[in-house]
Amino acid sequence: MADLSASGSMNTQTTRDNYMAMTRRKRAYGGILLAIFVLLMVTGFQTVDARSAGGFWSGISQVFDFPAGVVREAWEKIDRMPANLVNFFPALLETINIAAVSTLVGAFLGLVLSLLSTRGLAKWPRMIPVFRRIMDIMRAFPEIVIALVLIFILGGGPIPAMIAIAIHTAGALGKLFSEVAENADLKPVEGLASVGANWSQRMLLGVIPQVAPNYLSYTLMRFEINIRASAILGFVGAGGIGYELRNAMTFGTGRFDLAAAIFVLLFLTIVFFDQLSSHYRNKLVKGNQV
Amino acid sequence: MTMLSTDGDLRDQTVKIFGRKKFVALAVPAVIFVYLVYIFISFNFAGLVERARMDNARALVADSYSYKTHVSRDNRSGDLAFAIEGARAGTYADGTYPDWVTVEGSNMVVDLGDGHVVTYLDDNLVTYDMPDFPTITLQLIDDVVVTNLPDPAPDWVNASDTRVAITTEAGRLTYTRSKAEIFRYSFGWEMFWFTLASPYHDVGFFQLLAGPQLDANRSNIVGAWQDFWNNGLWRHSDVAWALWETVLMAFLGTFGAAIIALPLAFLAAKNFAPVVALRFAVRRVFDFVRGVDGLIWTIILSRAFGPGPLTGALAILVTDTGSFGKSFSEALENVDEKQIEGLESTGARPVQRYRFGVIPQVTPVLLSQILYYFESNTRSATIIGAITGGGIGLFLTQAIQTQNDWEKVTYYIVLILIMVMVMDTISGWLRRKLIKGDDGGH
Repeated sequence: MADLSASGSMNTQTTRDNYMAMTRRKRAYGGILLAIFVLLMVTGFQTVDARSAGGFWSGISQVFDFPAGVVREAWEKIDRMPANLVNFFPALLETINIAAVSTLVGAFLGLVLSLLSTRGLAKWPRMIPVFRRIMDIMRAFPEIVIALVLIFILGGGPIPAMIAIAIHTAGALGKLFSEVAENADLKPVEGLASVGANWSQRMLLGVIPQVAPNYLSYTLMRFEINIRASAILGFVGAGGIGYELRNAMTFGTGRFDLAAAIFVLLFLTIVFFDQLSSHYRNKLVKGNQV
Repeated sequence: MTMLSTDGDLRDQTVKIFGRKKFVALAVPAVIFVYLVYIFISFNFAGLVERARMDNARALVADSYSYKTHVSRDNRSGDLAFAIEGARAGTYADGTYPDWVTVEGSNMVVDLGDGHVVTYLDDNLVTYDMPDFPTITLQLIDDVVVTNLPDPAPDWVNASDTRVAITTEAGRLTYTRSKAEIFRYSFGWEMFWFTLASPYHDVGFFQLLAGPQLDANRSNIVGAWQDFWNNGLWRHSDVAWALWETVLMAFLGTFGAAIIALPLAFLAAKNFAPVVALRFAVRRVFDFVRGVDGLIWTIILSRAFGPGPLTGALAILVTDTGSFGKSFSEALENVDEKQIEGLESTGARPVQRYRFGVIPQVTPVLLSQILYYFESNTRSATIIGAITGGGIGLFLTQAIQTQNDWEKVTYYIVLILIMVMVMDTISGWLRRKLIKGDDGGH
């Protein structure tokens, strides 16, 4: 302190200089990063534009042609809309069922995998890295890959889509679940161990009640994602509303009322489950905090 | 926690709560069980056994780690042909053939291994010798394929007047009116590095590096690289492009969405929105964009922009603008007001307040979210590419549609998995690096 007051003015000067130099360097790095980012965006956009059938600038003017055509046609045939909605409802139900079953199965698998790969809880601690890698691989599979291969073997329909989504869900939820389980209190587990409970009893009675709200919340979020995934898989031949949508698209102009009905159904379903899941998730998280 | 009233009978209440818990503990599994039974019936699991094509599964597995050599003789001209996977690039040059074939004029002996031998004789006569079954003869007489197979034929034979197919574990013999063709399976991906047309095919790695120059015009390394990169069958350069294109779709879509969503999020955040009506409108736009699924956006955009990566990038961009808008505005609503007030007290203008008071606070959260989406969009880009026709997704669907390029399907799946896992690692590393104290809770 004494030193500082003695040569105070000089120190202030060097501190200021150092600070300005640091700020300048930081700005320069920020500027370089920004420049690289902009360059990547621009060249990336140009590459993508060049490799596409239609250009961006010619396409952007036509973006609303198709939706407008669909809306116009649907409006002209608005009397058919209720019948179409009823017609496609079973397909919608199938899509929701695919999502629901795969979420159930995936969440169950994810639960088991997460407990097996969490330090302190695992049944075989040496196997933790193995189960982690299994989850990584399951998570890395895009649903479409497994679905297409399974469609070849099992034929079209909901089952390949269900298996494909369940595998991805198990990997994705397993990772989230094990992060929650890592923070679980181990005292109940030790207590159960002291009275001679086996591994599954310790997990079921000691860990699951602690983590259930978070697990349920993640599972609900996943269900919402899986409805979208199941609609997309239908489009490549796995049944449900996506399959009907592809058929409706091949009918083309003249039958766009069908496509419009499917759009409406899909939109309402996604918004409905989005609201439902966020409502219950809020409830679960709040219940957890009390 | 349910509150226990202090004046009532505690025991009664406890019994009631326990009863409820017991009921839930039984009812939830029961409901799930009933639902699964309903699914079992509605998805027709029982019919799965009939529908499942186990022969397809076998062909798929066999193809994924081995390659077929097609050996055929034309029934009219007597010409012999040898080609790996039946591809032009894998055709053996005139007068050359695999070492398990013995040629004599237009006749030949094909050794399929394990005692399975097919002999091509004069007058379009073909015989198939195998262990534990009498020799099968096939011949074209008056445009009808005549065999000595018993009637009914064994289940590994598919026979009609115009076509006989014999499938054994050693290979397959197909006799039609025009030709007699054999598929022989061998281990490995024979032309993965070089096609038969390349002088470097079947040359060892060290011989390539240190051996004599094989092509007068090119040095070995340059030539090998060119022949590998332009391999007509595996199309390595096109596949590399497709992978890059997929990552590019995810990159442009994710970061484009973030750039668009950030200013809009200010309009949608409670503490920044200038006008309540505008905030409400922007929020509804976000909800609408998210509600219209990525699938529908893909279809709408592919109508305007045609097949290709542009559609995929824009579909990701539009869908994620909604998701980012929602989560960014939530992050903005949680910022600490004190720093903004501090800046205000020094006379900072609104733009400066946002730049120095808000952005530094939300950057870690935002970046973490953007990177997480970038990683997950690499997967989405594969799927969207399969629908719109761009990137590695297109290659995958094309290879699956041919129904016999399973070695390529396997290759693409491995590449996709590597791509996704690399993106996962990079994004996780960046998130940890950029955002200290990130709990990795995604």
